[in-house]
Amino acid sequence: MSDLAWIFASACLVNNFTLSYFLGLCPFFGVTGRIETAYRLGLANIFVLVITSLTASFLEAYVLVDAPYLRLISYIVVIASTVQFVEMAIKKLSPALFRALGIFLPLITTNCAILGLAIFQQSRGYDLVQGLVYALGAGAGLMLALVIMAGLREESELNDVPSLVRGTAMSFFIAAILSMAFMGFAGLFSEA
Amino acid sequence: MANAIEPDEGRSRAAQELLKGIWRENPVFIAVLGLCPAMAVTNSLLNGIVMGLATMFVLMGSSLLVSMLRGVIPKQVRISVFIIIIASFVTTVDFVLQAIAYEVHKEIGAFIALIVVNCLILGRQEAFASKHPMKLALADAVGMSLGFALALTMIGGIREILGNGSLLGVPLLGDSFEPWVIMILPPGGFLTLGLLLTIFAWFKARAKARAALETKELSHV
Repeated sequence: MSDLAWIFASACLVNNFTLSYFLGLCPFFGVTGRIETAYRLGLANIFVLVITSLTASFLEAYVLVDAPYLRLISYIVVIASTVQFVEMAIKKLSPALFRALGIFLPLITTNCAILGLAIFQQSRGYDLVQGLVYALGAGAGLMLALVIMAGLREESELNDVPSLVRGTAMSFFIAAILSMAFMGFAGLFSEA
Repeated sequence: MANAIEPDEGRSRAAQELLKGIWRENPVFIAVLGLCPAMAVTNSLLNGIVMGLATMFVLMGSSLLVSMLRGVIPKQVRISVFIIIIASFVTTVDFVLQAIAYEVHKEIGAFIALIVVNCLILGRQEAFASKHPMKLALADAVGMSLGFALALTMIGGIREILGNGSLLGVPLLGDSFEPWVIMILPPGGFLTLGLLLTIFAWFKARAKARAALETKELSHV
């Protein structure tokens, strides 16, 4: 049990996908204008990550044992189409949920955080449950980073920033400071 | 985007497509694409160079193939086809690197696999290679990947010198230098790219101010 708790905390805080692995940077810099949007994007991310983890475990167990060289291609194709199917199912079953997450789903299927999760999960040899916990942790970490970033940018929107660093450069500096803050979490847990 | 370039006398079209990627439309510094590898693997110069070469191979291979097949690929499923083509080249690079440079592969292997989802590569297929003949597509791919490799080399060099006091593993700054460890840790990646973007913005602002001054002087005459 403490093993699973460690996997969650490590994926969420210590090895945060965005701030220490640089995965999922496009939405991190692109869609973090408002907290509300960032929050919904984070939810959609958790959703896709869980599907990814399940799909990748399944592929790993039944398909890729015979053909490991097809790993990348099959991950991408199978994950993208599974997300598409689930998206259709949600649209039919729960229009409200679809309206909340819908527009983000196609965008994040090809996000590097998604493929990154599948690859890291495989290279660390997680089983089904561990993989699921890892996906939840990574998703929670992504959402945390997105929401914090959006909050900071909402606050700093009206500040008087030198014209040279306005825009992208400023976002990078904010991210650097956030990333430093997240490094502090490494001291909270002893390496398992 | 590429179509908008005016034919410049003196340089052939292919040379222009090649040159634009290196500086004027640099994928990292100007378009801010492909950030994940640009920061994740550049804690040393060697890793940056290997990543640059791997990306170059994938981009050139897929641009050539996509351009060759551009009449055959149905428009509706083109993105999926591009991704499968890119993934095949990445798989090749992954195995080759594992065979010839095992130590480096152990360090950055996961990020080699992630070249598949580098938006720079898919972006070039969609915006350029699928619409132009092979020669131009190859020139564009070479230029863009040189620009990408240039950015990775710069970031990797700066981070290794400041964070480790060395370059390509050779100590540079002597014993009295205290390494800025933060530079080879994740925050250093964000910091270095942010600083480089600021410097480029400064150059651009200065060039603009100079141009404005010249027009002003001309109007006085």
